[in-house]
Amino acid sequence: MAARGEPAAIGPVVAAGNGLRHQHLAIAGMAAALAVAPLVLYPVFLMKVLCFALFACAFNLLIGYVGLLSFGHAAFFGTAAYAAGHAAKVWGFPPELAVLFATACSALLGLVFGWLAIRRQGIYFAMITLALAQMLYFFYLQAPFTGGEDGIQAIPRGRLLGVLDLSHDLVMYWVVLAVFLAGFLLIYRTIHSPFGQVLKAIRENEPRAVSLGYEVDRYKLLAFVLSAALSGLAGGTKAIVFRLASLTDVHWTMSGEVVLMALVGGLGTVFGPIVGAAVIVSLQNYLAGLGHWVTIVQGLIFVACVLAFRRGIVGELGRLLGKPL
Amino acid sequence: MTELFGVPAPALFGQLLLGLINGAFYAILSLGLAVIFGLLNIINFTHGAQYMMGAFTAWMLLNWAGLGYWWALLLAPLLVGITGILIERLLLARLAGLDHLYGLLLTFGLALVIQGIFRNEFGSTGLPYAIPPELRGGQNLGFMFLPNYRAWVVVVSLAVCLATWLVIEKTRLGSYLRAATENPTLVQAMGIDVPKMVTLTYGFGVALAAFAGVLAAPIYQVSPLMGADLIIVVFAVVVIGGMGSILGSIVTGFGLGVIEGLTKVFWPQASSTVIFVIMAIVLLLRPAGLFGRAS
Repeated sequence: MAARGEPAAIGPVVAAGNGLRHQHLAIAGMAAALAVAPLVLYPVFLMKVLCFALFACAFNLLIGYVGLLSFGHAAFFGTAAYAAGHAAKVWGFPPELAVLFATACSALLGLVFGWLAIRRQGIYFAMITLALAQMLYFFYLQAPFTGGEDGIQAIPRGRLLGVLDLSHDLVMYWVVLAVFLAGFLLIYRTIHSPFGQVLKAIRENEPRAVSLGYEVDRYKLLAFVLSAALSGLAGGTKAIVFRLASLTDVHWTMSGEVVLMALVGGLGTVFGPIVGAAVIVSLQNYLAGLGHWVTIVQGLIFVACVLAFRRGIVGELGRLLGKPL
Repeated sequence: MTELFGVPAPALFGQLLLGLINGAFYAILSLGLAVIFGLLNIINFTHGAQYMMGAFTAWMLLNWAGLGYWWALLLAPLLVGITGILIERLLLARLAGLDHLYGLLLTFGLALVIQGIFRNEFGSTGLPYAIPPELRGGQNLGFMFLPNYRAWVVVVSLAVCLATWLVIEKTRLGSYLRAATENPTLVQAMGIDVPKMVTLTYGFGVALAAFAGVLAAPIYQVSPLMGADLIIVVFAVVVIGGMGSILGSIVTGFGLGVIEGLTKVFWPQASSTVIFVIMAIVLLLRPAGLFGRAS
C-alpha cells in the first residue's frame, strides 16, 4: 500500500487502519441482524431485499467509488437471470453452477460494454450504458431462449451441492444470505484496497490520476467488470430464488430502480445501497396494488433526493455520527 | 411489380419514408436535447415524456376543447413549453453548481412521475388521433403511394430544424446563446440576463419535443409510454452525432432514421437494434461522435 499510497491524498478518503473499526462493528451487527431476521419477517421478502441489496452495492461500486453513473445495469442483472434460468432449467445445472455460469456471463458482458462505454465520461457514459442495455433488451425480446413476454418460468431451485434442498424457503434464505455477505465483503475489501484507493483518486481527479502514471482506463474497466459480475451474481441468485427470469429484469426501469436504491441509501456509502434496497423493495410491496402509483412515487423520491437529500439515508446518518458509514 | 435489390419497390420506398419520418423525430428531439445541453449542461431525460405530453395535449385539445390539429400544432408546444419553464425555474435552477449527473437523475425522476400520471389517467393503451382533413389522401408517384400527411411531417420537420439552425447560427439572439454556451459568466458580465436565457432555452427545447409529439399523434397512437423507448434511441443518436453541432444533430437524426427504415426491409429482426450497433461502432472509431469535438 505504501508505494501506491500517494493518490489517497486526493479527496476525502476514509482513513486507513483502526478508523474503520466502527464499520467492522456495523458489518458484524448487520450480519447478526440478517441471521435472525427470518424470525420476524417473511424469508421471501428478505431474499428479495438481499438480492437487490447486492445489486445496488455492485452498482454503487461504480458511481460511488469511480464516479461512473451506469444507467444500464439491468443488462447484467437480467442477463444473469436468463443465464441462470436457462442453465438450471434446460441444461439441468445444479443451482451453484447455474449462478456461477450466470455471473461469468455478466462479467463477460461487462467486459464488452465497459470496453465501449469507458471511452466517454460523465453524461455520455450514462447515455451509452443505457443505450447498450436497451439494445440487449430488444435482443432478448426476440431471442428464442428467453421465452419473450413469458420469460423463463418454473426454474428449479434444485439442491445445493447435491445436498441442501433449496425448495425450503428458510434453507434458501441462508444460502442467499451467504451469497450476499460474500459479495458485500468482496466489495468492501475492494474499496479499501490499494486498487480501491486508485479508483477513488480517479473519481476525484482523473487527469491527476493519469499524470501520476495510473492506467486509468484499465482501472475503470476492471471496476466495471467487477460491478457487472456482482450484479450478475445478484441477478442469477434472484432467478433461482423466485424461479423466474423475465423481461422486467433487463428493462430500463430496472436500471432506474437500482440507481434509486443507491441514491436513497446514499451514493458512495458502504451500507447505503442495502438500506436503499430495503426501502424501495418495501415500498414496492406496499404500493403493489395501486397501479402506476409505484412509478409516480419512485419518480417523486428521485426528485426529492436530488433536490434536498443528496447524501441519502446512510450518508446523513454518517454525517450526524461524524463517521463514514 | 418493379423490384429493387430483390424487394418490391413500393415496400422499399414505404419503409424509406417511414424511416425519414422516424428520422424527423430523432432530429427534432436530438436538436432539442443538444440546445438544452449546450446551455444547461443537463441531459433532459424528461424529453420523451414531454414529447408524449405534446401528443396528449393535441388529443385533449381536440376531445375536450374541440380545437383541431392546426390549433394543437400552435398551442401544444406553447403549453408544454410553459410547463418546461416552470420545471426549469422551480427544480433545475436549484441544481446549479452540482455534478451534471444530478440533472440527469432529476429529469429521469420527473419522466417517471409524468408517465405514471398519464398512465393512471388514460391507461396504457393508445388513443387514436385522426389525420386532419386537409392532409388526408395521398399522391400516386408511380413507384409508390405517398400519403399527404407523411410528406407534410417530413417537410415541416425539416423546416423547423433548419429554422432553429438559422436562428442559432445567424441571428443576434443565437450569437448570445452560443456565447453563453461557451462562457456564461462573461456573457452575464456584458449585461445579458443569462438565467432568463437558460429558462427560455429549456422552454424552447421542451416546446420542440411537444411539437414533434403533435406531429406524431396522427401517425402513432397517443399513449403514455410513446416517448419512453424513443428517448433512449435519441440518446444513442446524440452519442453518434455528438452534441457539438446543430446541423450535425439534424443530419444524424434523418440519416439514422433512413438506415433504420432500410434495415426494416432487408433484415427486420435487426431494425430495433441497428442504431445501437452503429453507436457501438462509432464509439470504437470516433469516440467523440461524428460531429463532436474531442473534450
